[in-house]
Amino acid sequence: MATDHITAARELSQERTRLVRSGLRRRHRNEAIFRGLGIAAIALALGFVALLFVDMTRKGIPAFVQSNLHLEVFFDPAIIDVGPAPVASEFASPAQYQAADLRWRRELALLNWNRILEASLMAKVPAGTEITSRELLSIPETNARHQLREMFVANPDLLGRTIAVDILASANADNWVKGNINRSLGDAQQQLSPAARTVIDAFEADGTLTNGFAWALFTNTDSRAAPASAGLLGAFVGSLYMMLIVIVLAVPIGVAAAIYLEEFAPKSRLTDFIEVNINNLAAVPSIVFGLLGAAVFINYMHLPISAPLVGGLVLTLMTLPTIIIATRGALLGVSPALRQAALGMGASKTQMVFHHVLPVTLPSILTATILGVAHALGETAPLLLIGMKAFVAQVPATPLDQATALPVQIYLWQGNENRNFFEPRTAAAIMVLLGVMIVLNGTAIYLRSRLEKRV
Amino acid sequence: MNTLAVAGLLLVLLGLSYQTGWSRSRALVTTGGQKVHSRPQYHGAYTALWTMIPTLLVLLLWAWLGGEITHNYIVSQIPTDVLQSLDQAGLNATIERIRAIASGFGVADDVAPFEQTAGENLRNFQMLTNIGVLLVAALCGGAALLYARKRITARLRARNAVERVINIVLLLCSAVAILTTLGIVTSLLTEALRFFTFIHPFDFFFGTVWAPNNAPGSGNYGRYGLLPLLAGTLMITAIAMLVAVPLGLMAAIYLSQYAPRRLRSIAKPLIEVLAGIPTIVFGFFALVTVGPFLRDFGRLVGLNINATSALTAGIVMGIMIIPFVSSLSDDILNQVPRTLRDGSYGLGATQSETIRKVLLPAALPGIVGAFLLAVSRAIGETMIVVLAAGNAPVLRGNPFEPVATITVSIVNQLTGDTDFSGPQSLVGFALGLTLFVITLGLNIFALYIVRRFREQYE
Repeated sequence: MATDHITAARELSQERTRLVRSGLRRRHRNEAIFRGLGIAAIALALGFVALLFVDMTRKGIPAFVQSNLHLEVFFDPAIIDVGPAPVASEFASPAQYQAADLRWRRELALLNWNRILEASLMAKVPAGTEITSRELLSIPETNARHQLREMFVANPDLLGRTIAVDILASANADNWVKGNINRSLGDAQQQLSPAARTVIDAFEADGTLTNGFAWALFTNTDSRAAPASAGLLGAFVGSLYMMLIVIVLAVPIGVAAAIYLEEFAPKSRLTDFIEVNINNLAAVPSIVFGLLGAAVFINYMHLPISAPLVGGLVLTLMTLPTIIIATRGALLGVSPALRQAALGMGASKTQMVFHHVLPVTLPSILTATILGVAHALGETAPLLLIGMKAFVAQVPATPLDQATALPVQIYLWQGNENRNFFEPRTAAAIMVLLGVMIVLNGTAIYLRSRLEKRV
Repeated sequence: MNTLAVAGLLLVLLGLSYQTGWSRSRALVTTGGQKVHSRPQYHGAYTALWTMIPTLLVLLLWAWLGGEITHNYIVSQIPTDVLQSLDQAGLNATIERIRAIASGFGVADDVAPFEQTAGENLRNFQMLTNIGVLLVAALCGGAALLYARKRITARLRARNAVERVINIVLLLCSAVAILTTLGIVTSLLTEALRFFTFIHPFDFFFGTVWAPNNAPGSGNYGRYGLLPLLAGTLMITAIAMLVAVPLGLMAAIYLSQYAPRRLRSIAKPLIEVLAGIPTIVFGFFALVTVGPFLRDFGRLVGLNINATSALTAGIVMGIMIIPFVSSLSDDILNQVPRTLRDGSYGLGATQSETIRKVLLPAALPGIVGAFLLAVSRAIGETMIVVLAAGNAPVLRGNPFEPVATITVSIVNQLTGDTDFSGPQSLVGFALGLTLFVITLGLNIFALYIVRRFREQYE
């Protein structure tokens, strides 16, 4: 009897253990699955970062190399038959000299510089090749004739002399050399004629055409007629002006506003309102700031359209809340002991803030500033609304000239019809932009760690 | 006006006034032997403020009125018979010629006698006014300097006065934030109201067709129905949240609960890198890589997916928002009190059970707030959608087809166009107002929830 009870109880307990064990197995399996999901999420997120960088680098690197033609150019006096360049001292007023100079340049512009270019190209074409002048001129970039003319304007002594000149190959020639375009496609789908393609291959074989680093990308401005010479310099300078304006305006105003709100403002309804207001401003979509810029700065105040000044002001307003919030956080984090010590030694409140509290928060403010500026540098949408997507062929000399910005240049290039040529260029521009961002962010991290150690 | 002369004058006055105040204060101590209320720097700053403010006021006044005065002077120099024969453009050209003669640059063609005399007179006039203005500014500054110097006594509370000025400057700076909001609201409202004089608000907010007629000049403005754009915006936002919420939340949970310290210190900043990438880069990535990949993938499984579609834009936007969701969730998970977690472990729960059944329910309101903030960011995102969503403002529910959003339409209707006369460009402001109201509502609600959540555990 008793043993029966014991066996029954043992079986019951074994049953229970089994149940618990199987339950535990299930629960531990769920635990492992949950953990795996977490790891998968992080792997996916990091994978996207890696994919984006690898993809942009893979697409962009070819654009840093570009085909160049090395030619011997003879400035033929038979073609360049204009008078000598005017000299400033022969004229009564600067205006008259300017007019004469313009007349001289116009005469030069009317000459057929393509004939000079054609002659120097023809000298390199292997004997026996049949090629029309139109086909031959599709090999160098279309602005090569302007390049030769500018050389002559800068130095009229070149007349009758032969010098070595490097000229960019056209975008189509560049595509052909790099293999961006499928070489086995039929003539109808090729941008270049068969004769031009043969000559390019011959040029490449005898060293007239070589691939070199694409300096044009960094030394030239955007160009529509001559895509191979399109560069980022104008956009870079435009972005630089805007960053300067943001730094000069947003940092002092933002820090001052944060100091007032955190240290001096009486706790009142108004202060609460300003605080809510700033938090909301930080979350307003950037495009709304563009609308503000278009309505207030351009339509109402009549500031010049497409100018870095307006772009800088819009970006300043956009960056201000970020800087204010970060500075307030930093001020809040300063230990009360420091404040009380300063006040106890007889410092006034202003002295306490400016002499003791503010220096301690400098690293945080600096970091927030750099991050805010980096964010402003990458912003595109508001700039489109204030006309900064205009085509600008000159480096802006002042913040009031027409300009564009790095991200806007990317936007313009990605829409270009010559996809074979501009997709790598866009990716290259993105690499430049990301490079600037990484440098800025890296500086922020480095400065923070260094300055924080010192304090 | 000669910038160099102005800058020189200002610098000289600044240095002189500061030095005067400083040495006056020192003199009180050394020769008078008195106890002075403020330190010498404050007396210096006090005198400098007194001197610079009137000087700057004079210069600003001239900068404001000077152009008009010079313009009127030039017009008065042109003989009346010539003046009457000129139209507006001719007048401007003549004024430019006279200015060129006055500056010594000259003009290219022959100079009329009256232009020559006007130019010479203008040169004298400019020289006189410039000297005069500088002199007046310097005199005002000097007088103020002497007055301030006389006021410096041992009892003068120079520090308090200077600090009051600093305080006012600080207050003005924080007013900029309010002015920005005010500027946004008034510019959006006034321009949107002008738009509603062309198009009835009912047709805008409840219209189902978006077909603006962008050809200017014709009486036919086209149709401006908001609903297709709103539907596109919401669809892309929903797809983005479907990507960002699970990934962001799981990443935050793993990093804050499971990950070893080393992994956390490496992975967290790397995910934050995503937040620092400009949106135009994401847009290009979506356009040239993600879109074609989705199209080929769809062909493989028998789906017709467009390369530029709501799906492409939504997925990439979701990736962009991951760090936003994960860092906010991370903060909120860290705020749940430790006791709740320990109690759950004490009852024998596994780690994942604790997270799912205790931590997440406790943090739910805060996490919902974080999601709402992410939604408002997704709604306002522009460049990814401009590049990758295909811009097809049609009301339809298929995420594999191109769509258009509110932000895309703002960009399309307003790029670089400042002729705010027709509804073609004014609609941008009505759309902007809609966007502003939606995101503002979401933000206020989300911040309210997050704040309530924080108070609950404080």
